[in-house]
Amino acid sequence: MAIPPQAMPEQDAKVRAHNMNEVALGYTPEMAKCEASRCMQCPTKPCTQGCPVAIDIPGFLAKAAEGDFEGALAIIRKTSLLPAVCGRVCPQEKQCQKYCTMGKMLKDVDKAVAIGRVERFCADWARAEKKEATTTAATPTGKRVAIIGSGPASITCAADCARAGHDVTMFEAFHKAGGVLVYGIPEFRLPKAIVQDEIDGLKKLGVKIELNYVVGRTRKLRDLIDKDGFDAVFVGTGAGLPKFMNIEGENLVGVFSANEYLTRANLMKAYDEAGHDTPFWHGKRVAVLGGGNVAMDASRMALRLGADKVYLIYRRSEAEMPARKEEVHHAKEEGVEFLVLQNAKRVLGDDQGKVAGLECLKYELGEPDASGRRSPVAIPGSEFTLDVDTVVVAVGNASNPLIPTTTEGLEINKRGNITVDPDTNMTSIPGVFAGGDIVLGAATVILAMGEGRRAAAGINAYLKR
Amino acid sequence: MNRILEKRQLSDNVFGMKLEAPLIAQARKAGQFIILMVDEEAGERIPLTIADADAKAGTISIIFQTVGATTMKLSKKEVGDSLPAVLGPLGRPTDIRGENGEKPGHVVCVGGGIGVAPMHPIAQALKAAGNRVTIIMGARNKSLFVMEDEMRKIAGDDLILMTDDGSSGRKGLVTEPLKELCEAGAVDEVIAIGPPIMMKFCALTTKPYGVKTVASLNTIMIDGTGMCGGCRVSVGGETKFVCVDGPEFDAHQVDWDLMLKRMGAFKPQEIAARDHACNLFKGI
Repeated sequence: MAIPPQAMPEQDAKVRAHNMNEVALGYTPEMAKCEASRCMQCPTKPCTQGCPVAIDIPGFLAKAAEGDFEGALAIIRKTSLLPAVCGRVCPQEKQCQKYCTMGKMLKDVDKAVAIGRVERFCADWARAEKKEATTTAATPTGKRVAIIGSGPASITCAADCARAGHDVTMFEAFHKAGGVLVYGIPEFRLPKAIVQDEIDGLKKLGVKIELNYVVGRTRKLRDLIDKDGFDAVFVGTGAGLPKFMNIEGENLVGVFSANEYLTRANLMKAYDEAGHDTPFWHGKRVAVLGGGNVAMDASRMALRLGADKVYLIYRRSEAEMPARKEEVHHAKEEGVEFLVLQNAKRVLGDDQGKVAGLECLKYELGEPDASGRRSPVAIPGSEFTLDVDTVVVAVGNASNPLIPTTTEGLEINKRGNITVDPDTNMTSIPGVFAGGDIVLGAATVILAMGEGRRAAAGINAYLKR
Repeated sequence: MNRILEKRQLSDNVFGMKLEAPLIAQARKAGQFIILMVDEEAGERIPLTIADADAKAGTISIIFQTVGATTMKLSKKEVGDSLPAVLGPLGRPTDIRGENGEKPGHVVCVGGGIGVAPMHPIAQALKAAGNRVTIIMGARNKSLFVMEDEMRKIAGDDLILMTDDGSSGRKGLVTEPLKELCEAGAVDEVIAIGPPIMMKFCALTTKPYGVKTVASLNTIMIDGTGMCGGCRVSVGGETKFVCVDGPEFDAHQVDWDLMLKRMGAFKPQEIAARDHACNLFKGI
């Protein structure tokens, strides 16, 4: 308990608010060893219970504390395929670190062992030292597996199927693989070189990647099985259908879904106008609606692309915000102004149809709702107008209907999510599996990864019959 | 993949290309479109409608006007070059009258400018389903007509040409013969594809007669699969995505003024990018 938590070195807030480089710079080997040595090696491993993929956390921390980073990474990789990604984007304070005994003893989750940072360090160290994951691909089975989508669930499922010896082909609608990791999460939070490494890793495992191929349109899902000779299919198409607020003025020029706003900036690299054709909307006064990671990403992107003023508007209080604590902290440091317990009522437009302001309402917290969080209640007559020229709607995604509507017999629930067997992730169609946000609704990278892994186990068992 | 097999210059700034795209050629139906990129690293994604396809040969045809940076770069590509990305077919196919139980009838197809290109497969399918097909083609002048012969093959004597300057066919707007046909009372359905302003006025023309009118929208898109919502329009007061709910909608329900404004969202950047591309080519 004598060792203080090791702070994460970061780019200065004022500087980084104007560049795309990664914000958190990562531990040095000494810092990683020091932080890892804070772990008390609880025999009950409460942290592991908080991890969606049950990484042996005390095990890898013990190795890291000894300076055996390769050994630490080997333990992580037993259950997690994407440590460099998860170390950066997992909401650790709600998962492993929430249950850390050290944090409990110090009565502050921020003083828990920084498990995510050590995980990230081990992965980055291995990348820098070019220590590749030892992969022992099994003898070819002659079975073919199609993976639809290339986000975290699909990457994990593809890797596990390839390791089992199957011939795996991944289909991606965009011109670049990686899904939300490339179009959604910005460079300053997850460098694209890391994602590319993971994709390259898949290729080394023998996974073929078909870009610009939208299953459901280019070819129906059933065609993959009936005509193209695939023995099993995994659907990992994510929650790619942006929700809007359904308020007046939401289709005005200057109102964007966070998906569009971030895709223009990230995937299409619109921030670099000198060399890229995709235009970007350079708002000077930007309102971002929502309180999740995507809202944080969009508001911080707005700052980096030249906004003078960025408001983040969230209808509950900060305690209920679903975003990672670190992202909230970073956004504030960079100058995003948080307007909590407030919500957009309508978007005001000028005679050109462009955004001219945002009328908002103030809220207070009432009784807990179905989600267990206290529900926000509008205060009548509390309207006020914010002077903004851009509104980014980041209130979540619904499941994309493209595959369900073009695949007969594929069962979905009321929310449009594909229903699966909880043990195998097999859908209502034999041989067709699904996982990630298309099953869970919008969730996290680590949960998607866990689903991809479970589905791969399901596929491997199915193909052994 | 995506090799350019044929290229034709149809007028000053209108080009036709035949692309190798076997899967799209097999799957496409009338009314669907593609998204393509000309430059993988720095390019943008633009939607273009499919003018024709040959499933056996594995080819699709596109017709485009050089209006922005990407179409300008595309016009400089030659036979043998390959495009880095061609995605499709996207959107819902046209609901062809006579194919789904209802009786065939008299359908008027209105194509403005290069809107005639996406109209071609639709008119073909309408004809094949047993409809009487009248085609009204409009352009500023004679040299801007595309696919006139192909359309005449479908409509025969029911092809009406309209030009702003009278250099071919009648002088005037496409809405004039459209109004006359509606007035005569023998029109069951109208399909309009062309500049948004033309589609808006076609809708206004047919509305008093209560004739079902469908328009195919070509809004700004990025992914084309419902993920970004950039293409959204207001139809009957509801927000719809052109890429997955469309591209065809009830023209009487579309909020045309809002759509026109949304299509102009990036005008200044688009003009700057086009001029930049233009200067690059001049430099070469």
